[in-house]
This record gives sequence, structure tokens and C-alpha cells, in this order.
Amino acid sequence: MTRSDLVVIGAGPAGMAAAAQAAELGLSVIVLDEQPRAGGQIYRDVDRVAPLRGDMLGADYTHGATLTAGLQHGAITHVNGAVVWAIEDQFRISYTVNGRGAQIDADRLLLATGALERPMPLPGWTLPGVMTAGAGQILLKQSGVLARNAVLVGSGPLLYLIAAQMVRAGTPPKAMIETQSRSDIAGTARHLGGALRGWRYLVKGLKMLASITRVGVPRHTGATDIAIEGTDKAQAVTFKRNGRSHRIACDTVFLHHGVVPNTQAARSLNIAHTWDAAQRCFIPQLDSWGQSDKSGVFIAGDGAGIGGARAAEFAGTIAALQIAFEAQRLTREDRDRRAAAPRAKLAHELAVRPFLDAAYPPYAQALLPHDATIICRCEEITAGDIRSYAGLGCIGPNQTKAFGRAGMGPCQGRYCGLGVTAILVDATGQTPDETGYYRIRPPLKPVTLGELAGMDISAPDAAE
Amino acid sequence: METDYAIIGGGIVGLSVAWGLLRRGRTVTVMDGDDGSFRASRGNFGLVWVQSKGMNQPRYASWSQQSAAIWADFASEVSGNTGKSIPLEQKGGYDLHFSDETLEATVAKYEKLKAQLGGNYPYEVLGHNALRKEEPHIGPKVVGAILHHQDGHANPLKLLTALAADVRGMGGHVLVGKTVTDVAKPDAFRITCADGTVVTSGKVVLSAGLGAAQLGPKMGFKAPVRPQRGQVLITEKLPKLINRPSLIARQVDEGGIQIGATNEEVGLDDKVTQPGLSGLAAEAIAAYPALARAQLVRSWGALRVLSPDGLPIYQQSAEMPGAYLVTCHSGITLAAAHARILPDWLEDTDAAPDLEVFSENRFAVS
Amino acid sequence: MKTASPFLELENGPRVNVTLDGMALSLPRGANLAAALLAAGVGVFRRTPVSNAPRGPFCMMGACFDCLIEIDGTTRQACMIEVTDGLEIKRPHRDEALA
Repeated sequence: MTRSDLVVIGAGPAGMAAAAQAAELGLSVIVLDEQPRAGGQIYRDVDRVAPLRGDMLGADYTHGATLTAGLQHGAITHVNGAVVWAIEDQFRISYTVNGRGAQIDADRLLLATGALERPMPLPGWTLPGVMTAGAGQILLKQSGVLARNAVLVGSGPLLYLIAAQMVRAGTPPKAMIETQSRSDIAGTARHLGGALRGWRYLVKGLKMLASITRVGVPRHTGATDIAIEGTDKAQAVTFKRNGRSHRIACDTVFLHHGVVPNTQAARSLNIAHTWDAAQRCFIPQLDSWGQSDKSGVFIAGDGAGIGGARAAEFAGTIAALQIAFEAQRLTREDRDRRAAAPRAKLAHELAVRPFLDAAYPPYAQALLPHDATIICRCEEITAGDIRSYAGLGCIGPNQTKAFGRAGMGPCQGRYCGLGVTAILVDATGQTPDETGYYRIRPPLKPVTLGELAGMDISAPDAAE
Repeated sequence: METDYAIIGGGIVGLSVAWGLLRRGRTVTVMDGDDGSFRASRGNFGLVWVQSKGMNQPRYASWSQQSAAIWADFASEVSGNTGKSIPLEQKGGYDLHFSDETLEATVAKYEKLKAQLGGNYPYEVLGHNALRKEEPHIGPKVVGAILHHQDGHANPLKLLTALAADVRGMGGHVLVGKTVTDVAKPDAFRITCADGTVVTSGKVVLSAGLGAAQLGPKMGFKAPVRPQRGQVLITEKLPKLINRPSLIARQVDEGGIQIGATNEEVGLDDKVTQPGLSGLAAEAIAAYPALARAQLVRSWGALRVLSPDGLPIYQQSAEMPGAYLVTCHSGITLAAAHARILPDWLEDTDAAPDLEVFSENRFAVS
Repeated sequence: MKTASPFLELENGPRVNVTLDGMALSLPRGANLAAALLAAGVGVFRRTPVSNAPRGPFCMMGACFDCLIEIDGTTRQACMIEVTDGLEIKRPHRDEALA
């Protein structure tokens, strides 16, 4: 069994920065990542892509190459294409790579599993042609594939970023249907101080907006009652605005109303999570070094609460310093001295967040969808189904899972978990913390029975 | 007194008993746990099963047979009341064998039991080729199987949901999120919950699964139940691959292949482990080689509620007459008996079944 | 085929031949399979076992499992696979179980 001082799960900004810092301080590090090449989602495939279309994607993207370069250290083993499906105590990690099961042991574990798009259940959101805005960005970044005839739906900075990139690529979106309203913007006044500290982001945001409107992309803000029409694929988006109904034909729809931490791996370790009212999602309970309530398990990056790529990088460095300190590679004084600069930068990065959370709230009708809207994409369970199980006494998502299968499919509840909790909160009057979340168990990602059996150490003839 | 019966435990066992009592016109209040409670009703394998049960106690075999025989009728009544389907198939089930020795030894035991049951034990032995005709995907390592015609399987989660609906529909009160901390009998029963809720009742049924180990002694029961972990796997939904269920694998009505189960004495630990998953996967592939390519999508550990001899316990408290302990490991198989037959015992009618062999007397201190 | 695609491909690298349910397709070598199929005009990747509803790629990052396809008898996420020469892709479990 391979043993490592530190295993990092996820080769995005947090994981790459942490691995580089830990290796520099003398720890042996194994980085497990699902993708064929390092970068995570934000810097996806950056080493290959930056020379091809770095101009279109911008300096915020090409910055990722400085992080992938940090993985080129003798003490770091980067295992790409590694799908982690179980993490057991103290710490044994089971994963599949190239169709075979494998395991490694780690003294310490850093979860850098990033974010997921906040699920946006709308009528028609399961139709082919409907994707997350993140998916649209990945198509553009990694593959150079652009939607010719797309409508962007939702709210938040990522929506403008992808629109601006599409404009630069010469395929502007057909329209932007935006869910935030003037009152959301008006309510941001108390966060302006923080926003001004993060003024760079605001300037970038304004520039992006200008580039979108300059080419005449229509923006429909304050949209409600959004639905996607189509039978075998998306054909149009319908919505209401100021009491009037609109319909925009299209063949691709990109949805976005924020991102939320991907907590599956942390949940599978029973790490305590609490509801974050500002970000409207569960986040793991961590100290200022990213240490969870389970000794030896650290979490950094968007998986610890949404802060963005640069914040993830600094948080990864900070966690690695504490890990090195625990492993006695660093004195307390050294740790604190080295942490000062990334802590200051992290605080600066996070300053703009309260403003963004207030200015671009999630789309209310996707948080508590109509009864007929599918909430669990895998098992095709509707919001109304969940409400009916609440009526049968289900007070938490594990009981609704048993009653109606929501969360039982291959995505393991990644795209219905927050929605089910929200509907139960609404139905029962409990708080999100009282209502809780799915109990996440292995496999974190599906694994074939053959891969599992290949790791069986008992007699090959598995007779009674 | 608020209610004729208070039922402590709102799983399949408690709801089945509640359903039976409501049907007889009794008033019932069920107290159920929370979202994170250990719930065998959520984790079980879903078999409605006769073979291999009661090898040392024919009454357990016949009790299981009684329940299996009325299961379809019970399920269709609940289903009809609620409009919620309860998928059930009772066209036999297998005990698969990887060696002639184990197969012959099991047949010898079945023959003995069959004689004790007056011949009512309809099973046949299928050699590999005969089995392959029934199960085209069976693997070469399986030498044969015992096909027992009284066996079958159901969707236990749909039974749970339908019972939860029907118990409410029949006027039962179900209190959720309750942890019962004390049961007293100053006059009527007085059941106290952790959140301060108090229920008073004429009788009490303790059907709290593993929770009975703590509460039982307060009510005059020995309640010697312990947890035994079973890890269970389920694959992605697949086209028809397995016709009849076995203890190794069954194909559920939604299409997934459910694979079970470990038997582990690890206390109240319901985690899954890589060695556990790998061992089960290897056994399932030995039985059905095509499963090697199937994706595992979920696994879980569930805690069986086991008495020392594995049999159910049905006991009225001597200390607190009117309090009954109802606990078993096979809540799905016995659901119909608990709903349709057990109420006669609770109500002490002329039709009450003889359940003496299931009393706690068998656990007398030696 | 490509003219029917709602997507525009910026890269113009070497292509390889693959099949989808026996139909020949030419896809960029080493490309992300889900992206390459979308660019080739394939919108519906599979039908769900629950309601037979059509599905295609949704998240493109391995989280949603909507882009499942079948390769060598095993369902896989197309967005987590790279295009290789001669790849035989099927829509999952349409006929025989794990044939």
C-alpha cells in the first residue's frame, strides 16, 4: 500500500496550491484528480488551451498555468483520471484509474473538490440542449466548442463572463434572461464597502457588461416564470417580465444562478456542515486553517464555501502550512509568518462576496419549484412528490429518499440535495440545519462491480 | 387516555401492527424517530422469504409461511386504500450453491424441516443446466440451486411509504421526530419523549427495533436484541438480467441489481467498507458474471435487529401488563402476519395465534 | 452532419473514426467525447430508464451523469472520456443486458 504524508483530492486552484506548498516544505504529496490534465474546472486544461485561445479566455484563465507548473515537483505525484469513490478512516482512499481499482493511505487529507453549479430546477431543465453555464464555459475552454444559438438564463457574474467570452469568440448569446431585480441591487448598499475593496471585480464586471450590450445582446432582467419548451430538445425559453409573457426560440440554454460547495467527499466522512444563510448552502465547519472537525481532514477552496479561484489558491496554501506544521516540518512561528501574506490576499478576495451574494440572489422559483417540476434528475422525482412525502411525515431528506428515491441515482444527490432540503424546510417549518442533508456513502462516483471485485482479497471462489 | 394503543417505532414492524389495529377499530398513536435513526426499514433486502428460516424451530418456518401466504392480499389492500403500488413477486426464490457439498447438506436440513412441517415445504433442486434455463445469466461456478416456491421479493420502500399513508388514512396518529425516553404505568400508560411530548394509552407496543434494547428493560422486558451489520450494494438500472431473487442478488422492480449482504458484529456502526463491498461484488459476479460490467451506484450498511437465536420476540410484559414487545429480523416477510394476525394476540381474542415459542422465556437466565 | 449542429468548433485538429450505435462519425482525436458528440450534432445521448425521457450533457464536469453512454458494455460519462480511434459508442442498455 502506498502511503503519503498528504493526499489532495482535486487538482483545481486550492489543490494545486496546497500540493506545491506542502511539497516545498518536505511532505510527500499525492494529488488525485478526475480530469486527464490538471486545472480543475476553472483552469480546465489550461496548459493545452492557453496557447490556443488564451486571448479569448482572458488573463484570469491563463493564470492557472502558474499553478499547474507548481505540480512539477519531485515530491508530488499527480494521478490524473483518478475517480475517488471511497474514503475510509485514517485515511484509506479507494479510487479507479484506467478501469482498475487502487488504494492509497494518507496521514492527512485535503479535500479540494471545488464547487457545483447551484441546481436550477425549472420546467424543461432536463431537456437535451439545456446545460449549466459552467458546462458552456467548459465546452468553450477545453474543447473550443461554442453554442451558435444560446440563451443564458439566471443571474450572477459567471453568466456575464461566459457571455463576454462568447462575444469575443464571435458567437454572442441570443439573449440573457436575468432573474435578479432592481430591488436586489438596491439591497446591496450595506455591502458596498466590501464591494469597493473588491473594486477590481466590479470594474471587470462593468467591462464585461459593456462588451455584451455593445454587440446588442438583449438583457431581460427581473424575469420570472421561466420555462424551457421542447419535446426531444430545447426549442425555446418562455418567461414573464413586468407582467408580459415572452418567448425566445433557441437550441441551447445555459442555466446559472450561482455555485455551491461540492461537499460529497466531506459528507461521506461525516464532517459537520452548517447552513450558510448568505450563500444559501451548507458549508463544512472549519477553523481558519481549513481544518475540519475530523482530525487530519482539511478542506480548501470553493468546497469550503464559495470564494472563487484566487481565494481557493490562497486557502490551499494556508491549509498546507498548517498540515506541514502538524507534520512537524514547520515551526509555529514559521507557519504564522508564511501565512500572513496569503491571509491578507484571501481577505481581499472575499471582500466582494457579500455584495455579489446580495446583488445576484438565487432565482426564487428554482429554490421552491412548482409541484410538477422535476427536482431529482436521476430518478425523475418532482417537487410535488417531495411535498407529498413531507405530508407523510418525512422531516428529513434521508426519509424522503426512502419514500420516493430522490437522491438514489448515479449523481448521488448532487443536483437535488439542496432542493429537497429547501422544500422540506418550507413544508415543515424546521431550519435547514434541523432538516439536514443526505447521508453520503460510497461510492462517491459509480464504480463497476468488476473493479470492486478486483480488489477482493478473500478467496477467488467466493462460495459460501 | 388519548389512544387505545401507543406504538413505539414507526418502521415497517410498528406500522404493520398499527395498520392491523386500526383496521379493527382501535385508536392508535405511532411515535417515530428522526431522519438519522437506524432504520432497518430503509436498509433491508426486500425479500419475502421462507427457505432457510426456522431450521431449528419449525414454528418460525410456519409463521413465515403464514405471512408469505397472505402477503399479496395484504399488499393489495394497502395498495387499494392508498393508490400506491407495492411491487411484489412470489414466483419462488433460490439458494445458490457453489459446491455440491453445501447443496447436499442444505437439502438434508430442508428434508428434516419438511417432515416437521407435515410436508408443506415446496422446494426443488435445480442442477446447473436446469438453473441456467431459468436464469440465462447464471455463471459456471454455480453448481445448482434450491428453488423454494414459497419465496419471493417486494419493494420494501414502497411498502413503507404505502403503510405510512394508509395508517394516516385510517385515522392513525403518527408523531415524527420523537425519541421515547420513558414509559411508566401509573394507571394508563404514560410515554414520555425527549422533546417533552407525553402520550397516554391503554396499551403499548414496543417495536423500536434496536431501540428496544434500551427501552425494553424499563418496561419489564429482557429485550436482548443486538445490531448485526449487513452491507448492501445496488447497481444502476439494467434491463432484465435476473428472474428470481436469491440471498446473493435480486433485480428490483426499478431495474437495479441489489446485492447482499455481509453479516458483521460491529455494534452500532453502519458504515460500508471497501473489503465488504469488494467481497459482495466478487460473490455476485461469481453468480452472475455479466454483473462485472455493471456500475455500482449506491451502497449502505444497515443494522439487523437480532435476538440471540435470530427468531422474533413477541412478549407481553409481566411487570407492565398491556405492554408488548414486538421485534424481529424479518419485518418485510412478517409484515402481513403482523398486520393481519398479530392483532388477535394483542387483543387476546379467540383467534390469537400461539406465539409461546417466541416469548422471552427462551432467554431464561441459565 | 456538422451543419446540423447547434455548435461551432474552433479547433481543427486531426480526426478519427468512431461509431455511435453503428453509425460512423469523425471526431477530433483526444477531444472530450461529450463535447465532440455535441459538436457533431448529437443532442440526445440516451433515454432514461425511468420514463424514457431524452437526455444529453448537462454539467460537463462529471457530476450529473446525464451524458451516460455505453462503451464495452459499461455505462460511462461521455464528458469524462477522451476520443480515441475506433471507439465504439452505444446508447446505454438499449437492448440486451450487458451483452
